[in-house]
Amino acid sequence: MKDALGTVQSVLVLGGGSDLALATCRRLAPHANTIVLAARKPETLDAPMHELRALGAQRVEAVAFDATDYGAHDAFVQRVFGEYGDFDVVLLAFGVLGDQSETERDARAARDTIESNFVGAVSVGVPIITRLREQGHGTVVVLSSVAGERARRSNFIYGASKAGLDAFYQGFGDALVGSGVNVMIVRPGFVHTKMTAGLKAAPLATTPDKVAAAIVEGLRSGREVVWVPGVLRWVMSTLRHMPRAVFRRLPL
Amino acid sequence: MVPDARHGRDALDAFDGTTDALLSGWGRTAPTRATVWAPRRSEDVAARLASFQGRGVVARGLGRSYGDAAQNAGGTVVLATGLDRILELDVQKGQLTAEAGVSLDTLLRVLVPLGWFPMVVPGTRYVTLGGAVASDIHGKFRHGTFSDYVSRLSLVSPSRGAITVGPDEDPDVFWATAGGMGLTGVITEVTMQLQPIETPRMLVDTQRATDVDDCMARMMADDGKYQYSVAWIDCVARGKHLGRSVLTRGNHATLEDLPPTERAAPRVYSPRSIVRAPNWVPGGVLNHASVRAFNELWFRKAPKARHGELQGITPFFFPLDGVTAWNRIYGPRGFLQYQYVVPYGAEHIVRETLERLSKDRCASFLAVLKRFEHGNAGPLSFAMPGWTLALDIAATRPGLVELLDGLDELVVGAGGRVYLTKDSRLRGELVPAMYPELARWRARRDALDPGHLLHSDLDRRLALSGR
Repeated sequence: MKDALGTVQSVLVLGGGSDLALATCRRLAPHANTIVLAARKPETLDAPMHELRALGAQRVEAVAFDATDYGAHDAFVQRVFGEYGDFDVVLLAFGVLGDQSETERDARAARDTIESNFVGAVSVGVPIITRLREQGHGTVVVLSSVAGERARRSNFIYGASKAGLDAFYQGFGDALVGSGVNVMIVRPGFVHTKMTAGLKAAPLATTPDKVAAAIVEGLRSGREVVWVPGVLRWVMSTLRHMPRAVFRRLPL
Repeated sequence: MVPDARHGRDALDAFDGTTDALLSGWGRTAPTRATVWAPRRSEDVAARLASFQGRGVVARGLGRSYGDAAQNAGGTVVLATGLDRILELDVQKGQLTAEAGVSLDTLLRVLVPLGWFPMVVPGTRYVTLGGAVASDIHGKFRHGTFSDYVSRLSLVSPSRGAITVGPDEDPDVFWATAGGMGLTGVITEVTMQLQPIETPRMLVDTQRATDVDDCMARMMADDGKYQYSVAWIDCVARGKHLGRSVLTRGNHATLEDLPPTERAAPRVYSPRSIVRAPNWVPGGVLNHASVRAFNELWFRKAPKARHGELQGITPFFFPLDGVTAWNRIYGPRGFLQYQYVVPYGAEHIVRETLERLSKDRCASFLAVLKRFEHGNAGPLSFAMPGWTLALDIAATRPGLVELLDGLDELVVGAGGRVYLTKDSRLRGELVPAMYPELARWRARRDALDPGHLLHSDLDRRLALSGR
């Protein structure tokens, strides 16, 4: 159970190999009883599992999960909840960045980004939230992005997938009021991770550990939306209202 | 929703009274959703208890536990406040039997005019008898806890159905239930011993203590003169004022203590709430500055020493009940109460606690120090001979996790324990050290509930029942 100060005991991570997910788990591990990392290749997670156990997590498991194998999602959710019990937090951390220039020309590549980041998160999110409603408590932490706040010409397909994800979980969060289940949407700016390796960092770039710290603080304070860094809330609020003729000329 | 009393108790047959609700404790932290069932008759509890499979069931009274003891996420919560009848009162012997949902408030309104008073009352009169037993509550009376004066309980447990137990009849079940946090069954009736009182007034002595050592020394020196004793501590004060406090101690006033003109008056008891907290208060109202200002005022307002002041029952025992829903003042993110007991000889732990709070500039709006002369046979009962310190702290305070985890270590190291009824953040792994008889309690509990039907969020968080 999550306690009065937002400390959580059990975490399910979808996209368990992601840098942001592992940074978050590192911060939760000292008080955690159970951390389940779900990833497409769970066999690659030995090192992080070992690390999380060393940090104090009592039980760390890795299970197979494929974001785009929609037909398997329901069974996957029943199995992890059945095997590991209640989850205080479910972290949706899977996703792909996609190559913008390729996705603009290749429908299949474009669809892959949308399917992983958005359709996959919807497909697995519905049965997860059903289980959380049954258990009467829990928080879904959704890794969205500032890219979903306003489409940028340099990465609008990724942005579109995150916009869909963000809108879906905002609405779901409102629908869940009174159910004991909460949704927390995390909107980081540019984060230095293996997903963004080789890309030119945007202004206000941050690190996985800073995102993790913001997630843990958000869980403590029961936030519904978390921007990382916090100032992006105001930056994006400004950019959102900027005329398109100006916005598309910005070097973003 | 509640059936119309004019149709008689038969109407209760048709009453289901089930609804979904988001429940939290008095601290308003970590709410969870449960199906709330409000029975109106004890028999219904026995008839339906076994039907709450899945995520199980736990009883709830007036929701004054600070944490998650009376929540059951995804399961059923039996709201016992509908079991509200006083069943029997022997005005010669001072023995009372009532259903478990009767509140102390209701009881006092009946008992005080008749010249009787419970042996143990806590800091609020809005607790039910069932909750008082399940939490084995205590108050300013240091010679015992609530369950010490309970002679019989009716309990509905999964394995044995409706049973009657007491310290002389099935004592193992009785003591597993006293302080058992509702995890042995649903308490439906309570029989308790009362004390006679001559007047509805208290004869109170108030003193200021210059620091925490002075306070504890005064309590040890002459608590013997008083039935009730409590110290309010200014935990914002630092340096040589560390733990400066106001000691309030008293006895029930006898007729002779009253001015002659009042002696012939009837025993009137009509407590009123003075104000109601607003429905919404922003977070951060109770911050270091406001608490400091309040504490300064409160300390200076107290007389250096005043003897023989006549006070009413309400201001003496239940000062906070004057503000309805005062828990809202902490804002939407709520607060917690951290209460521990350490044995005599571990006075330095109390001092160390105050030093850490003061160093961390952690403002506790309400810091209260009391004593116990002895514990009891309840394996999960909180009381033990020693000092008990209770601190109310806003849940928003940065660094609170580390501060309280550190205090837990001190308390365990000194052979003390944290009070489960107040708890909302303890680490489960410390419970066996704090409650050395936990294994014995689990064995008795499992015999009463082998299928693990009884569940609460507290149980899930701390793995109290060992699941």
